[in-house]
Amino acid sequence: MSDMTANQAAGAAPRFYLTEEHHPQNGTLLGFWLYLMSDCLVFAALFAVYGVLGRNYAAGPTGADLFDLPLVAVNTSLLLLSSITYGFAMLEMQRSRLRAVIVWLAITGLLGAGFIGLELYEFNHLIHEGAGPQRSAFLSSFFTLVGTHGLHVSFGIVWLITLMAQLGKHGLTPPNKRRLMCLSMFWHFLDVVWIGVFTFVYLMGALP
Amino acid sequence: MSSAHVEAHQSHHDHHDHHDEGGGAPHSTLKGYLTGFVLAVILTAIPFWLVMGKVFGTSATTAIVILAIGVVQIVVHMIYFLHMNGKAEGGWTMLALLFTLVLVVITLSGSLWVMYHLNHNMMPTEMHDMRNMP
Amino acid sequence: MSPLTAGAAAPNDPIFGRLTWEAIPLHEPILLWTFIGVGLGSVAILAAMTYLRLWGHFWRDWVTSIDHKKIGIMYIVLGLVMLLRGFSDALMMRAQQAVAFGAEGGFLPPHHYDQIFTAHGVIMIFFVAMPLVTGLMNFVVPLQIGARDVAFPFLNNFSFWMTTFGAGLTMASLFVGEFARTGWLAYPPLSGIAFSPDVGVDYYIWSLQIAGVGTLLSGVNLIATIVKMRAPGMTLMKMPIFTWTALCTNVLIVAAFPVLTAVLALLSLDRTVGTNFFTNDLGGNAMMYVNLIWIWGHPEVYILVLPVFGVFSEVVSTFSGKRLFGYASMVYATVVITILSYLVWLHHFFTMGSGASVNSFFGITTMIISIPTGAKIFNWLFTMYRGRIRYELPMLWTIGFMITFVIGGMTGVLLAVPPADFVLHNSLFLIAHFHNVIIGGVLFGLLAGITYWFPKAFGFKLDRFWGLCSFWFWVIGFYFAFMPLYVLGLMGVTRRMSHFDDPSLQIWFQIAAFGAVLIALGIACFIIQIVVSVVRRKSLRDTNGDPWNGRTLEWSTSSPPPAYNFAFTPVIHDNDAWHDMKANQYARPTSGFIPIHMPKNTGAGFIIAALSAVVGFALIWHMWWVAAAAFATMLVAIIVHTFNYKRDFHIPADEVVRTEGERTRLLLAAGHV
Repeated sequence: MSDMTANQAAGAAPRFYLTEEHHPQNGTLLGFWLYLMSDCLVFAALFAVYGVLGRNYAAGPTGADLFDLPLVAVNTSLLLLSSITYGFAMLEMQRSRLRAVIVWLAITGLLGAGFIGLELYEFNHLIHEGAGPQRSAFLSSFFTLVGTHGLHVSFGIVWLITLMAQLGKHGLTPPNKRRLMCLSMFWHFLDVVWIGVFTFVYLMGALP
Repeated sequence: MSSAHVEAHQSHHDHHDHHDEGGGAPHSTLKGYLTGFVLAVILTAIPFWLVMGKVFGTSATTAIVILAIGVVQIVVHMIYFLHMNGKAEGGWTMLALLFTLVLVVITLSGSLWVMYHLNHNMMPTEMHDMRNMP
Repeated sequence: MSPLTAGAAAPNDPIFGRLTWEAIPLHEPILLWTFIGVGLGSVAILAAMTYLRLWGHFWRDWVTSIDHKKIGIMYIVLGLVMLLRGFSDALMMRAQQAVAFGAEGGFLPPHHYDQIFTAHGVIMIFFVAMPLVTGLMNFVVPLQIGARDVAFPFLNNFSFWMTTFGAGLTMASLFVGEFARTGWLAYPPLSGIAFSPDVGVDYYIWSLQIAGVGTLLSGVNLIATIVKMRAPGMTLMKMPIFTWTALCTNVLIVAAFPVLTAVLALLSLDRTVGTNFFTNDLGGNAMMYVNLIWIWGHPEVYILVLPVFGVFSEVVSTFSGKRLFGYASMVYATVVITILSYLVWLHHFFTMGSGASVNSFFGITTMIISIPTGAKIFNWLFTMYRGRIRYELPMLWTIGFMITFVIGGMTGVLLAVPPADFVLHNSLFLIAHFHNVIIGGVLFGLLAGITYWFPKAFGFKLDRFWGLCSFWFWVIGFYFAFMPLYVLGLMGVTRRMSHFDDPSLQIWFQIAAFGAVLIALGIACFIIQIVVSVVRRKSLRDTNGDPWNGRTLEWSTSSPPPAYNFAFTPVIHDNDAWHDMKANQYARPTSGFIPIHMPKNTGAGFIIAALSAVVGFALIWHMWWVAAAAFATMLVAIIVHTFNYKRDFHIPADEVVRTEGERTRLLLAAGHV
């Protein structure tokens, strides 16, 4: 029968295994980033579809006819502001100030809700003008790309509210901090996608 | 590969990682966020102005300029808001991002190139007429 | 035109949508007998489980298990069960094509035949090959890297149930409604609402969307596991080669499946909401679907084959008694294949009309991608050279692979030449080629891997005699079944035909049918092999955890391993870590055990996945209120799950002492050190 200390100097660590508990590094942040990369590719496919079909107006309205750029500017500002307010929440998290975190999260959520509200208003208006997603391939691509982004923001708001409740319940525990960091990545990523949307869809679509 | 060294180090620091929350997640600063915010505002305002003010003569020039500014703003977001750097998670997040970007470029440019040729060869009329096809 | 915007043919019931009793195809005898068979079989299984009081055990130890080993086994069970369904489709097709000439119409009208070839493809790729490959990676990778489980154990369980419910939804199409008749990739306009107004394509879409979520999350999981959870000392270039191929495979999964998700979503919007992505009018472009689906589709085939390349590397090295030749070049070849797989997709539609410049580019990239694979073959051969080869079953499968896959690869390079492809596209030559590489590559590799790691999973080897029978029936059957198809393809015969007029072709189809029968015998022998092995397990027992004199870490554990895999985390110094340990007087620790931190089982994954299947079924049948309610419930279930913070526990030290002590006792009793 082998003895653990055979072939080793007394007191030396065994060569082939650890004797104390081993904690592998937490993979949550990397895992979430990888998920975001996959989400990036979903958007890439939708952008590709918009790029290919985005000029197929089917004798219907074009982007130049439809896009309300001032409204888009307001929406962009709301989203950008919500990014900075989330940043403030993260700063407060680093300073371990729970209530301040929750307040900044709430403001972020409200700005996000404002963004969604304006977007729904815009969609509703377009549909009532006869420029709904069924009108042409251009409009199908528009509604799907912008709508998918909006759906992501909506899920982000649901997540944000859930996280606020969990912070209220458990405070700034390590798992909750990880969740805040994941939502942070998600929220900023959505702002990055929006840059693509307002540039490629709205601004370029409004060009003659 | 340097990430291997980083990993060997990180495995020695396992016990400490356990307590250092976010093990490797860079710290945000107010200055960083504000800088990023101001840059983003400027890089948003300019494209809107260029298009709404019809500053350039041709659509093509405008398109290229605003796309380029958009790319710059994405980089600003990556650095100031997402804290993208080559050290986080042993370089794996940067590697994942670069790989994804390569695939995004292939998907977009590949699809546009392929579909342009397919449309040109296989669709009944030229692309620009498609706007007016019912 | 869509069910929402235009008046549908029949008014939608508010609860049941377009689901009616007519959806159950009682008038089709083949289906009726399948119903009866499946019904009786299910009743028998349910009755047996109730009688033997296994429900509690089943729920506690399997359904809710987050143990990667159990999940891996369940994936493989799923894959093997679905193999039987997918193969019955194949038998039916071979039988139909062997008899349906001239006046003889055969027994499968086109309406039914088209569903069969569609289901065959969908099931074999998504519900046989993917689960089998995922199952192997799930079971083996944490053991190979010295970890206790994957990075996200709950997500792992959830991924499995999503895949299973996706498969379930496809199976449901057999009994309620019908399946798609479009081929396994469902190209529009045929798959659009105008030409496939029935539920078939919707079953297709939602099965794949649900299973796709599972696969994507599994990809994220395994990458994080391999990056973050390797044992100390295991640098990337000291990882087992199977782990390398698993890493690259999961990178492909995370990078490719989102595109599939997006494309299927667009198709479903076209069908349900009336958008115009792929329609013939209002600006749609069906070619964009083909383009995007193959941007996913080509990486998909590498997702299937890279893990089995890893299996072959492990098997060749173990059974030649030598370190793998050219480890570094194998790694580079795998990484190169991963990247290049994104640059070849257009070779699947050379004939769609993109022209010479585009076709040439993709033809050249396709030929280039064959080079790293060729390099791998040489490395395997060089590993075998001057080795002491043991012709155990996994090694036989590997040799079968090397010959068969190379033939398939060569026909692939032939097809990569656009002018040749213009003649051979969508002919039986193409069918022969991809079955050649999938069966010769993926399937032979899976059987090698299952045979190789079976003793690790269950504690006893598979019976050699029945394994040999299975092997020879499969190999000989494959050649009889598919070589005639190369001939037919070169003669110009098109794929997916249920009836032919030229009687001179019939002999080839009859030979192919004979081959299919041989393969059926091969599958039967495999099932018999499992049964016989269970019966004879005492004489086949793996007593020390290392039945093959293996080289990698998984062979250092008992067979089967304890729940925690390793009592102490291993420390790595070299490639082929276990071989290194054996060569350096490794002494297994027998004392000093400490409590072990482990994740808890949970039913949340099963419940959320089941709800998603309800959502899918409801959407298929236009049961909008049911879909909305199920979706809301699913969201609530997910949120409730995130409120659960108590997801882990510690295995007490004395339980570890007992488990390890038992292993020591068994080792001594069997005469090992």
